[in-house]
Amino acid sequence: MPYNLKEVIANKPSRFTSGHRMCAGCGAPPVARMILRALKPEDHAVIANATGCMEVSTFMYPYTSWTDSYIHTAFENAASTLSGVEAAYKSMKKQGKLPDDKHTKFIAFGGDGGTYDIGIQALSGAMERGHDMVYVCYDNGAYMNTGIQRSSATPKFADTTTSPAGSVIPGKMQSRKDLTEIMEAHHLPYVAQSIAFANFKDLYEKAEKAIYTEGPCFLNVLAPCPRGWGYPTDMLMQINKLAVDTCYWPLYEIIDGKYVINYKPAKKLPVEEFLRPQKRFKHMFKPGNEWMIEEFQKEVDKRWDDLLKLEEMTNK
Amino acid sequence: MGIRERLSGNEAAAIAMKQINPDVVAAFPITPSTEIPQYFSTFVSNGSVDTEFVAVESEHSAMSACVGAEAAGSRAMTATSANGLSFMWEMIYIASSLRLPIVMSLVNRAVSGPLNIHNDHSDAMGVRDSGWIMLFSENNQEAYDNLIMAHRIAENKDVLLPLMVCQDGFITSHSIENIELIEDDKVKEFVGTYKPEHYLLNDKEPMAIGPLDVQSYLFEHKYQQAQAMRNAKKVIADVAKDFEKMTGRKYSFFEEYKMEDAEIAVVCMNSTAGTAKTVVDDLRNKGVKAGLVKVRVFRPFPTEEIANALGNLKAVAIMDKADSLNGAGGALFEDVTSAMYVNKKQVPAVSYVYGIGGRDVTSNDIHEVYEYLQNVANTGEIDNPYRYVGLRV
Repeated sequence: MPYNLKEVIANKPSRFTSGHRMCAGCGAPPVARMILRALKPEDHAVIANATGCMEVSTFMYPYTSWTDSYIHTAFENAASTLSGVEAAYKSMKKQGKLPDDKHTKFIAFGGDGGTYDIGIQALSGAMERGHDMVYVCYDNGAYMNTGIQRSSATPKFADTTTSPAGSVIPGKMQSRKDLTEIMEAHHLPYVAQSIAFANFKDLYEKAEKAIYTEGPCFLNVLAPCPRGWGYPTDMLMQINKLAVDTCYWPLYEIIDGKYVINYKPAKKLPVEEFLRPQKRFKHMFKPGNEWMIEEFQKEVDKRWDDLLKLEEMTNK
Repeated sequence: MGIRERLSGNEAAAIAMKQINPDVVAAFPITPSTEIPQYFSTFVSNGSVDTEFVAVESEHSAMSACVGAEAAGSRAMTATSANGLSFMWEMIYIASSLRLPIVMSLVNRAVSGPLNIHNDHSDAMGVRDSGWIMLFSENNQEAYDNLIMAHRIAENKDVLLPLMVCQDGFITSHSIENIELIEDDKVKEFVGTYKPEHYLLNDKEPMAIGPLDVQSYLFEHKYQQAQAMRNAKKVIADVAKDFEKMTGRKYSFFEEYKMEDAEIAVVCMNSTAGTAKTVVDDLRNKGVKAGLVKVRVFRPFPTEEIANALGNLKAVAIMDKADSLNGAGGALFEDVTSAMYVNKKQVPAVSYVYGIGGRDVTSNDIHEVYEYLQNVANTGEIDNPYRYVGLRV
């Protein structure tokens, strides 16, 4: 079906209901809702969720926002928990203990803390074992649920509560881990980076591919956090657009090892456009700190260039 | 009746798992339980079970996958030891709080550190209040029998708790002994099929499991869990009755060895009971009224029954193969003595810590314990209730 936002919304009611307690202006709920919309209406799904904002705000006993089956166990193990569910499905299906004509899909959601950091072992293991599932990282670049502590997804110089911008150390001094590349190193059939952007087309189509590609697939989706990033809550979609227009968060997919960059901005904006509206980078704009913006720009340029090269190399 | 075989404790556990034919097994290698997933994956490779074997990258993931699989609506099993169980610790509590009747073989080994791969009970003692039913096994036969009974207990609607079957690392896990196996079809019938009421893979009734459970609910949920553990006592006894009908082998909460007229007794768990029985026989030949209580059901703890069994003694020693480092005595000692106090049984009691890190436990060591008990029985005096045997000091 060619993508049409109105049709998708009309034909596929949300499987992630309203009434949850996520913050206004949070990037994660639209991501979850849109990814679940990529499921075929006739398919059942089991969602696994790592401990984090999304979990504590959507399933507070006795209420849940999830209309599919859902399991949360702990912080670091959404992938291994779901791998057990998927193994059970395979086993029970094989033994005729489940209906033949019904399909169940398996989707895990974890924040960057639960994915880049504490959950990377369980994720790597589940992906290597080849479970038929999609792992979605909603990356908001810090431990937001516990109060904005730095993670390995936090960008360089960001002011967080464990990498505070002080008079001697100006924020986080290390640059961001590239998890999408780490997942590609697992040689998965489908790996992609996305964001809620431009009618959600990119996110919807990637979710559909990930869910309906057999085997372990990985989606890394940038999901801004108004509390941690310090932008006005009504600015979410603009922040998302700036993340891709500055090439801070390139939209690309890797299909069986082949890189496809899905969006190349006609005019690549300077990264300070993305940084300026966010309070976590405020100190970078103080006189004398120009070097920080320059260094940040260099890193963005280098990663973008590397990506362009990878696309070229893998499509020869 | 039965099939006579010669098997190690690990082989016996693996054979029990094969006969149970669980839907999912998720396990990670760790000495001395490694052989169990090894044998089991051979069954999987040769198609003699229907199981999906998930060769996870850690024990944390082993238990996470078991939780996922059991919640999905399938039977999940695992095996581990020592640090493997420590690494699972977070998920051990989650498994029981989600009321998932997962069954585990725990091949007991010392928890680091320093690193030691040999037998003691420090791994099991670390999870003694985690909401798992804990059965201990003197030998390969008991390890096998306890596993065959496990699902009937764990999956009972009044229980719905995970269960671990313990046996001593190397001492029984790697020793080949005679065993009587039950025929495959009889096991299949005895264990039955798993029919969960609610499960993730039921597309007709989607469910959410593992909520944020705040002040207004957690207390009640924990009470239900505690109630399930109390309910387990009756179910364990009922299942043992059915098992006895099938095999002729009788199982209680604990085994009483020459306790009818005993004046002094030792309480212990797992393989040490075998050694202690020969010492009791020895002492009986010399006219000493010695007895032994071997605890099989450690969780739920049979407080009243234990207190009654020990209540008429002149002295009792409770032997723990794990030091509790609490300044007060071993874990089993504390459970037994508090059970006796609450049930108004006043018997002089001492804690003996022994066999740490696989230190050999000889009949001489056990004799030493009974000798001390004779002394206590005669004088009524205990110079120090927190004692060690087999320790160089």
